[in-house]
Amino acid sequence: MSEGLYSMEAKDFDKTLDLSKIKPYGDTMNDGKVQLSFTLPVPCGAEAVEAAKQLLRKMGLENPSVVFYQELTPGFTFLNCYGSCTHTVDYTNIYVPKVESNTMDMYETDEYIKENIGRKIVIVGASTGTDAHTVGIDAIMNMKGYAGHYGLERYEMIEAYNLGSQVPNEEFIARGIELHADALLVSQTVTQKDVHIQNMTNFIELMEAEGLRDKMICCCGGARVTHELAKELGFDAGFGMNTYADDVASFVVQEMVKRGMK
Amino acid sequence: MQKSKLGLDFQKVEYARGLAKGIAQDVQSFVEQYTTVAVERTLCRLMGIDGVDDNDVPLPNVVVEALKDKGVLSEGALFFIANAMIQTGLSPQQIAEKVAADELDITKVVTTDPKAIADVLQPVIDESMARIRARRARREHYLDTIGEGPKPYLYIIVATGNIYEDVVQAQAGARQGADVIAVIRTTGQSLLDYVPYGATTEGFGGTFATQENFRIMRKALDEVGEEQGRYIRLCNYCSGLCMPEIAIMGAFEGLDVMLNDALYGILFRDINMQRTLIDQYMSRIINGFAGVIINTGEDNYLTTADAVEAAHTVLASDLINEQLALMAGLPEEQMGLGHAFEMDPMLENGFLLELAQAQMTREIFPKATLKYMPPTKFMTGNIFRGHIQDALFNMIGIWTHQGIQLLGMPTEAIHTPFMSDRYLSIENAKYIFNNMRSIGDEMEFKEDGICRNRVKEVLGNTIKLLEDITKEGLFTALEKGIFGDVKRPKNGGKGLAGVTMKGANYLNPFIELMKGKR
Repeated sequence: MSEGLYSMEAKDFDKTLDLSKIKPYGDTMNDGKVQLSFTLPVPCGAEAVEAAKQLLRKMGLENPSVVFYQELTPGFTFLNCYGSCTHTVDYTNIYVPKVESNTMDMYETDEYIKENIGRKIVIVGASTGTDAHTVGIDAIMNMKGYAGHYGLERYEMIEAYNLGSQVPNEEFIARGIELHADALLVSQTVTQKDVHIQNMTNFIELMEAEGLRDKMICCCGGARVTHELAKELGFDAGFGMNTYADDVASFVVQEMVKRGMK
Repeated sequence: MQKSKLGLDFQKVEYARGLAKGIAQDVQSFVEQYTTVAVERTLCRLMGIDGVDDNDVPLPNVVVEALKDKGVLSEGALFFIANAMIQTGLSPQQIAEKVAADELDITKVVTTDPKAIADVLQPVIDESMARIRARRARREHYLDTIGEGPKPYLYIIVATGNIYEDVVQAQAGARQGADVIAVIRTTGQSLLDYVPYGATTEGFGGTFATQENFRIMRKALDEVGEEQGRYIRLCNYCSGLCMPEIAIMGAFEGLDVMLNDALYGILFRDINMQRTLIDQYMSRIINGFAGVIINTGEDNYLTTADAVEAAHTVLASDLINEQLALMAGLPEEQMGLGHAFEMDPMLENGFLLELAQAQMTREIFPKATLKYMPPTKFMTGNIFRGHIQDALFNMIGIWTHQGIQLLGMPTEAIHTPFMSDRYLSIENAKYIFNNMRSIGDEMEFKEDGICRNRVKEVLGNTIKLLEDITKEGLFTALEKGIFGDVKRPKNGGKGLAGVTMKGANYLNPFIELMKGKR
């Protein structure tokens, strides 16, 4: 397994940080070091290693090195590799759309609602479509919350309804109307074959067809959801990794005030 | 009396078990008065009815729907099939085909004489029973000849959506050391009130459970098992709206393990509680007879409720699941009672609490093939930490002699496993199981230490909970959200329309046959 032991030899390159040309950092500025692992559908052997190295070069990785390889089953080889990235990115010219609201904690949000809206607001959430997973919506809505962030059910000024999983979009929207929802939260955990995109697109289309799109705030969330994706699909906001009930509640109440929803 | 390494008070354990028995008996007396569309479709399948009509509707559904439409389902499918057999001289399959073609009304009754009915059904019943027995014998023969891997069995999932691709992944997993291959079902199948037919190549997050898919995978695992000199078990899901139907398909095709919880569908799929409790009874009778290990789903409570605070709900539910399974004639050795390693990894001494819980579960269910679930709730995109979380979980698995170790995958929070994820997980488990093989026999738990005190507390809370459930009954307890913080109304949820009280002519001889003849 000693094929291509990781090479630490110094190369002649500029070691000053230039934010307009950044590349990965191993232990020296601009060394470009990247580690990756993948499986190739070929028999285990020297040819598999060579194939991996060629592939790494095509990915723009110099000095490709295969540090470990192993047959997973006949005809499949798993490889751990290192290489130095030749590409750079201009960090000074990056724009990422983000949820534009200040995150408040539960007490601040309750206070904000009392002062600026003056009534309890209604938030209805569900894991919609065929998605059977409630872990995301539960983390946001359940009383207990997640990782120390209380869920929406605990907010004094929020009436939170968690409809659970596998709720069809039509039924979800109908329940939203019935409950006079101010905001609807769509949770998506399963993302195989982009099923979540189809489902969320369908949701927005239905909201528009019903003439409800502007009357309720629509948010979506899930580990594979980003704010950018959410906006693209027509949602008001998207909540991905490392976001909690605080983030969702803060956005909803500030957006309501911004839109003059009373 | 068994000796506890944890200082467990076994008199208290027996008291808890007695409470669970009372709760289960209460449910059982309800269950025995009813049948469901799924149970009746199961009986159709036991009559050899299979296949689909021109619209791809499975023939068991066609027959049962015909009875339901005429409002006579309460008399049961066997009563009408027997009548049609007497009348036409046709086989149940031919009868079903004629019903599908609108050529036969099977609700016409020519006799209610129990003997005449029993006589015409007997050869078909014998054939089905023989078919299941032969499947069971085939497994036992393999275990006697090529043998099996040591416990805990290494359990991995495949979930490509395409049964042929699943075969590639499953065989790879078996070669890497897996003992149990679970084919995850496609998202949403639990809510289908029929079982799709034939081999399937499309699914979301999993593959349709169909009888043909079962057959294809069984064959693949037998091949790789012979090659590896180790029997490879096949697992699927007897849950959702087709619990007993999936059980019979599994019994016919040689499945070895079935997820088959009495409460899971109620709590996590919003299936009506009456429907599920009736369906679980028949499905467990079949699984018991077929020698199938059932897995229960208590681990799921901890994905919604907190694993430290709700630990006693897992034990309480395990005790209830055990009693319900015993009532369906399922032996303890076939009980894969569920529990999980789901505490927050940032918790100080969390490992000790997990260890105590696992050892307690082992001691309270000494014969059960316990099913131990890996961390899922606190798995993140940090696959490196995830791999360590799985390592800690594996240490407890070997330490406390678990039966089936569901291997955690470092990429648990990201995607269904890559072939390499399975390799890394199996390597993790094999390394730890070998390196720590006898640790459980070497180590003892300190008097008045964290572990002993923890199980005392959990057992105490379990007893309190079971006493509460005893007072109000399981149905009311579920309405109040006792398990997994999930509340379900008795008449709410999906599938209630498929529940019917048994009528005067109702018969299901398989209950006694399967429970009686091991």
